[in-house]
Amino acid sequence: MNLTSFYAWLEATSWGTAIRENELLFPTIESIHVIAITLVFGTIALVDLRLLCLTCRDTRVSQLTRPLLTWTWSAFTVAAISGSLLFSSNAAAYGHNLYFRIKMLLMLVAGINMLLFHFFSSRTWQSWDHLPDTPTRARVAGAISLMLWIAVVACGRWIGFTMLS
Amino acid sequence: MPHTLGVFCDWLAQTPFSGVLQTTQWVVPALQTVHILAIGAVLASTLMIALRMLGVLGNQQPVGTLWFMRVIGGALTILLLTGSLLISAEPRRSLGSPAFQLKMVLLVCVCTLLILYRGRLLRAAHAPASVSNGSSKALVFTSLLLWMGIIVAGRWIAYASGQ
Repeated sequence: MNLTSFYAWLEATSWGTAIRENELLFPTIESIHVIAITLVFGTIALVDLRLLCLTCRDTRVSQLTRPLLTWTWSAFTVAAISGSLLFSSNAAAYGHNLYFRIKMLLMLVAGINMLLFHFFSSRTWQSWDHLPDTPTRARVAGAISLMLWIAVVACGRWIGFTMLS
Repeated sequence: MPHTLGVFCDWLAQTPFSGVLQTTQWVVPALQTVHILAIGAVLASTLMIALRMLGVLGNQQPVGTLWFMRVIGGALTILLLTGSLLISAEPRRSLGSPAFQLKMVLLVCVCTLLILYRGRLLRAAHAPASVSNGSSKALVFTSLLLWMGIIVAGRWIAYASGQ
């Protein structure tokens, strides 16, 4: 199955059709998507700012990440499901939209950045977890993450303005 | 739309400043992006205060609730600024929208709540979680719900826009 037929299949599904044809479904799902994405961005940004030593310097990094990441992942799951539903209502147009593609790519890079940071700091984090100042590696990961997620939100907004034409 | 509001919208739309905003294509999505990022900061900060009150963040090292209150204040300033610019770019579409009007009512509610109970919130957040009472927790969760309502109403401006 190539992408074009996959998009066509998605648009023809019962949920894709319902979201496209019902006046209230799209904005309702979109509202949920926006709440979820603000939570994803906000909670990630707080951790990033701590990694950059710009806030909560007297709080352990793990003390901040443990409760917050649960919220980040829950909100991300909601954002991914609601986003997929919105996508299925007009799959081909979204799939061909430049900003949609950039948004997906940026989230992939953000995921890789997170995995690399976890991988390289899994042995050492206990030595700096309690310190106000984090190592350079942590600051770089925090800065990259923050910039990527700002760009993700921007791309998301730009999709809405480039889909109409 | 009431006549005076309509007159005001038309006047605003014809100002040179609004003209610049209307004709520069990237302005509205850029302002909306900053607007969404700022509401993300508000929501996450409110959540942090709530988690602190529930004792989820631990009691030994209190997470700076004052700092989060400042973040909310700063983000609110950015929201009002970008929001005003967005109104200037599309006065009738925003001011005439029932969703926008509902959003403003919710905004007044949450601001009143925060201003009236700022001191209580700070005291409750600095005390151990076991001490913070039910009304303080109810206060934080009410504001969390109000912010979410504001986000939803904000998104619906696009679907219930003024004529």
